[in-house]
Amino acid sequence: MPFVSFGFIAFLAALMLLYYLVPKRFQWMMLLAFSIFFYCFAGWTSLIFMAVTILTTYFAGAVIGRMAEARDSYIKEQGAAMDRDAKKAYKAKVKKRTYLILSLCLIVNLGMLAVIKYTDFGISIVNGIFRTNIGYLRFILPLGISFYIFQSMGYIIDVYRGKYAPEKNFARFALFVSFFPQLLQGPISRFDELSQTLYGPHDFDYQNFAKGAWRVVWGFFKKVVIADRLVTAVITLSGEPDVYKGVYVVALVLFYAIQLYADFTGGIDITIGVAQMLGIKVAENFDRPFFSLNVTEYWRRWHITMGTWFKDYIFYPLSVSPKMLKISKWSREKLGQAIGKRVPVYLSTIIVWFATGLWHGAAWNFIVWGLLNCLVIIVSQELSPLYQRFHKKFRFSNTKGYNVFQMFRTFWLMGFIRVLDVYRDVPGTFRQVGTIFTTANWGDLFNGSFLELGLGWQDFAVVLAGCAAMLTVSILQNKGQVRDRLMARPPVVRYALLIAAVCLIMVFGAYGIGYDSGAFIYTRF
Amino acid sequence: MNKKKVVKIIAAALCAVLVLVLALWFLQRLLTPKYIDKNEEGLLVKEYYDYAGGNDVLFIGDCEVYSNFSPVRLWQEYGITSAIRGSPQQLIWHSYYMLEDTLRYETPKVVVFNVLSMKYGEPQSEAYNRLALDGMKWSSVKLRAVKASMTEEESLLSYVFPLLRFHSRWSDLRSEDLKYFFNTRQLSHNGYVMRIDVQPVDYIPRAEPLADYSFADTCWEYLDKMKDLCEKNGIQLVLIKAPTLMPHWYDEWDEQIVKYASDNGLCYVNTLPIAESEIGIDYTADTFDAGQHLNLSGAEKLSSWFGAYLKANTALPNHRGEADLELKWSEKIDRYYEMADAQAAQLERDGKLSGYWGD
Repeated sequence: MPFVSFGFIAFLAALMLLYYLVPKRFQWMMLLAFSIFFYCFAGWTSLIFMAVTILTTYFAGAVIGRMAEARDSYIKEQGAAMDRDAKKAYKAKVKKRTYLILSLCLIVNLGMLAVIKYTDFGISIVNGIFRTNIGYLRFILPLGISFYIFQSMGYIIDVYRGKYAPEKNFARFALFVSFFPQLLQGPISRFDELSQTLYGPHDFDYQNFAKGAWRVVWGFFKKVVIADRLVTAVITLSGEPDVYKGVYVVALVLFYAIQLYADFTGGIDITIGVAQMLGIKVAENFDRPFFSLNVTEYWRRWHITMGTWFKDYIFYPLSVSPKMLKISKWSREKLGQAIGKRVPVYLSTIIVWFATGLWHGAAWNFIVWGLLNCLVIIVSQELSPLYQRFHKKFRFSNTKGYNVFQMFRTFWLMGFIRVLDVYRDVPGTFRQVGTIFTTANWGDLFNGSFLELGLGWQDFAVVLAGCAAMLTVSILQNKGQVRDRLMARPPVVRYALLIAAVCLIMVFGAYGIGYDSGAFIYTRF
Repeated sequence: MNKKKVVKIIAAALCAVLVLVLALWFLQRLLTPKYIDKNEEGLLVKEYYDYAGGNDVLFIGDCEVYSNFSPVRLWQEYGITSAIRGSPQQLIWHSYYMLEDTLRYETPKVVVFNVLSMKYGEPQSEAYNRLALDGMKWSSVKLRAVKASMTEEESLLSYVFPLLRFHSRWSDLRSEDLKYFFNTRQLSHNGYVMRIDVQPVDYIPRAEPLADYSFADTCWEYLDKMKDLCEKNGIQLVLIKAPTLMPHWYDEWDEQIVKYASDNGLCYVNTLPIAESEIGIDYTADTFDAGQHLNLSGAEKLSSWFGAYLKANTALPNHRGEADLELKWSEKIDRYYEMADAQAAQLERDGKLSGYWGD
């Protein structure tokens, strides 16, 4: 069931009504029932894949938890009869078993994801290398599988690490995996954070509810008014690369940056807003990323939960793994301290970014996208002493004007890397970007050619006004939540603004015949 | 939260909902096409409710009925009260549901169905669905009509709330959208759309042979339903093919309709072979678009002939002399000639017609 549909609004209305009417102890069960109902719209086969993840992760967690409990009580029972070495040996023995359970769970789930998502990519590589003609299997990607598998794997790894005890109640765990607002495009929640509010009980809190509703409306505005309006131009510009070169490539970078931002953050706003209306706190996924001064900062502020997931569950374990420690030792000996200490860090960074690219999609453009991000981060890291010296020497580097330049630079740098996502062809993307320097067609900006991309001047005016609204809200957020200030206004003002916002979305939204408002870009990842 | 505060919040929320509904209604009214200076035929279906009731004959079909038959002429010559329910490219299921809808307001003695739409077995275009369905008053009949007509890209909700379909017209808003916000203009004369200008037939394209001449099952189903509905309500169903030259009406199609009419004891008349010889249509003077539709002169000739045909084949009464009807129809006749005069004046002044109203 797409977020941008009247079916979803009716679904939400029914849920909200029942959620606050049933006895509080049944609220989470209501949520589970609605989540399953929501997911059923993606088809029964999708439900089977989710059931596999829920079952394997729940039971693996339960077994690991029981083993850990048995270990602790055994050690406690033994008391002084067990010396330190014996305890250590016993713990290692148990850890080996729990590691086996963890590995099995990871293999089943990540294997399932790999088979469904990457088989055809693997076949294309084999066909390319060995000149074979193996047919593609064309599996249909179950809705949200990348998100809920990563969320579940985070849970099982945390249980294995002893960060928290496993959830004992199967239905409650099923809700953690299937919680419908975050199924379409995340965020990738952590169990210890989400579970604090997920299971209630929740009294109806007007302030919370209204704030959540405002966020949902804001999300709809970004998605329907801005992102979906730009889709036509993005498809036209990327669909005919031979026609649209030079200045059009620059325009595509800009349009896609705005479209993706409005689409993804709009979807996340709807997710977090809906959860807030239910009294549930879902992790933030964005922190005004286009205000970032450099790429590292950008990745701390864009798709935050994915970034932290890769950091916590891949980067850190990889960096301290025995193999990496060996590499570290070897590189320090062979390459010297200065270079040697960087080798394991950069190696882990490369692996993480390779995985991040692969997570986004089974295609070379995503892998190259990940590795380009990695390259920029490593180069920035290497050049940081130079930057520091520059900043020390030139006073203007601490001014607001320079900060704006840095934001501008980061925005365009990320934009040019991101454009790989729309062309979906690595050499083609580089060729297109190259045409910026070889095609002198900047005059097209002023001769009306841009009005032949599927958008009229009125559409561009709406996008411009929408961007101005997003920028204003982002700037206002420097002084705290805009919604807090809104809630402090008299009811007449609040309601007038809400009515105006709904009317704006209804009129200026790009939905209906000829538009596909239901689809979010990140849903396909 | 105390009780007083809760009541206050609920009251404020309800007021806001009310204002929102009003605002959306306003926007919907503003953005829905007014069909005044473009696609004027969009007014036709809605206009029926102004002249519903007391019509002995109901014409249903596409432009071949609303451009070609003049109820005024039928009244003037034969005292037949009639109305047309037609819209551009009206498909047979549109026609069937319009008949059902009509029966909610009146039960005509004769229903005349133009068979050209038998050639379309699938919904053709969203635009024509809108022209046929938006003007229909809401009832279970309209609901079924919409469901039967929708193309894949359409949604039922957009018929319930046309704002969902027409919201994107914000960039096309014109002064007529404000001018006709509350009221509209009457286009038709009991469903007849008048054009007095002439564009003679100078070329008839060759009809390409078809791979399959059989009508779609859906069309036959709806024709059966129409026949059954008429039988059930004691209405005589008459099938007709209007004398327009394009689109081409194949002999193979005609044979199927002849057989159907004969099998079911229905009257069917294909006016094409007799258009010039019996009806007196002059294709150099009686059409305004080179043979696709008749102009006023052609429509009056056809109506004169068809009135006689109805008199001969049905038991329709002559209402001339009935005071209340005379009064009612005299007003219609006045409007009819006023529009004809206005069109003539514009034609003389500008050399062409820019709209139906002649202003």
